[in-house]
Amino acid sequence: MVKPEKLIENGIRLDGRKPDEIRPIKIKVGVLNRADGSCYFEFGGNKVIAAVYGPREVHPRHQQKSTSAVVRYRYNMASFSVEERKRPGPDRRSIEVSKVSREALEPVIFQEYFPRSAIDIFVEVLQADAGTRTAGINAASIALADAGIPMKSLVSACAVGKVDDTLVLDLNKDEDNYGQADMPIAMTPDGKITLLQMDGHLTRDEFREGLEMAKKGCLEIAQLQRTALMEKYSSLMEGEVNE
Amino acid sequence: MSNEIMSELRKDYIYNLMIKGEREDGRKFDEYREITIDTNVIEKAEGSARVKLGDTHVVVGVKIQTGTPFPDTPDKGVIITNLELIPLASPVFESGPPREDAIELARVVDRGIRESESIDLSKLCITPGEKVWMVFIDVHVLDDGGNIMDAASLGAIAALMTAKLPAQKFGVGEDTPVPMRDVPVAVTAVEIGGAIMLDPSLDEQSISGTKLTVISNQDGGLSGMQKSGVSPLTTEQINYIVDISIEKAKELREKFLEI
Repeated sequence: MVKPEKLIENGIRLDGRKPDEIRPIKIKVGVLNRADGSCYFEFGGNKVIAAVYGPREVHPRHQQKSTSAVVRYRYNMASFSVEERKRPGPDRRSIEVSKVSREALEPVIFQEYFPRSAIDIFVEVLQADAGTRTAGINAASIALADAGIPMKSLVSACAVGKVDDTLVLDLNKDEDNYGQADMPIAMTPDGKITLLQMDGHLTRDEFREGLEMAKKGCLEIAQLQRTALMEKYSSLMEGEVNE
Repeated sequence: MSNEIMSELRKDYIYNLMIKGEREDGRKFDEYREITIDTNVIEKAEGSARVKLGDTHVVVGVKIQTGTPFPDTPDKGVIITNLELIPLASPVFESGPPREDAIELARVVDRGIRESESIDLSKLCITPGEKVWMVFIDVHVLDDGGNIMDAASLGAIAALMTAKLPAQKFGVGEDTPVPMRDVPVAVTAVEIGGAIMLDPSLDEQSISGTKLTVISNQDGGLSGMQKSGVSPLTTEQINYIVDISIEKAKELREKFLEI
């Protein structure tokens, strides 16, 4: 892959988006039979699937907490999800992503309702196209709701970055590779930030502007997440689906 | 790493002090503990630094060797950062492969150095596609007194600034300093009951729900950030931490990392 000469031309990005536009999103709720809750989430070229099991018994037992549930999150990339085959299994990056993603979701889960139990979240990245951790969090948040885990709210995630000295929402692969900064954010619909990472170069003012931009993106995604859940469960209520 | 065990009384004590605007060691909310940095403490390493940040004690060693570049960056050197929370440093650290806390710390230290472009990687190239310098930054935590992140980050940059490329040893010319262009400094803040404190002690770190590390450069720009922990932050809190961290980083840089 060679660096494109310009990533933004006349205010339009290479994939035709405006700077503050997110990529198309497709959501399917409840796609797995065995899991208690699940969600398939497409975010541009990202295809991720999330499953939630629990509350269930904690194995190994020593991990259990006497006053609340433990939340575990496993982010994993399929070996075929990227251009060059990825060696299967957890690497340092995916361990870090799992940690921050878990911490992004924990604040909204009523963990104290389920002492001595585990809530397991598994996220598989089937195809990666920049922004897999945000796609994973978006999917996991829906899967948690689908599993009937009591939550204070949904969590939505979106990245903001800088390419050609312009702030852009939701980086695509080229923008991620050749851009100047990348900042993934997760937040609740009432504006509490539960994930914040940044690398690259941003001035103080760009950071502030970027944060606001990412928040707008998250709110947009929150609406789509809500709609997807409503679609599944409102039709269930009307008795159209008999499972 | 299992969590530090702390009595409810002690938690209440720290919390109540916070309400009065005080900290257990008498510091202001934006004040760091005493810092000492000694460089070149390990003669066998190409660069090294010992950092004491209050009770936290880390040693950073930089080893530099020649090696083959990654295929996608044939004309650039390689930096590899590693950090282990060894059982010598705390009763709650266990032996075995690094767990998520250690990996996160190492990756954030690495990101600060990499993303600020503080090392000119193209100057670490010896023969494009064949031979480049590989810089290994190994952080050894000896005593955990809280805020390992800032101590490790200060140590890494201090060690790099004193490190030499061992060209003579590898028969590729004269020894030269590692080509440095910037001095990134990490500043970590915790949130406790709505208050923001810099450079958390072990106790403050244990009762806080969340940490935010902000890495800034000489020009006051940001090159890395990491929120860690389970409680959320508001935009106002984040903006406040960013502002105060940039100021603090400038102060630390002038005091300890003058080239």
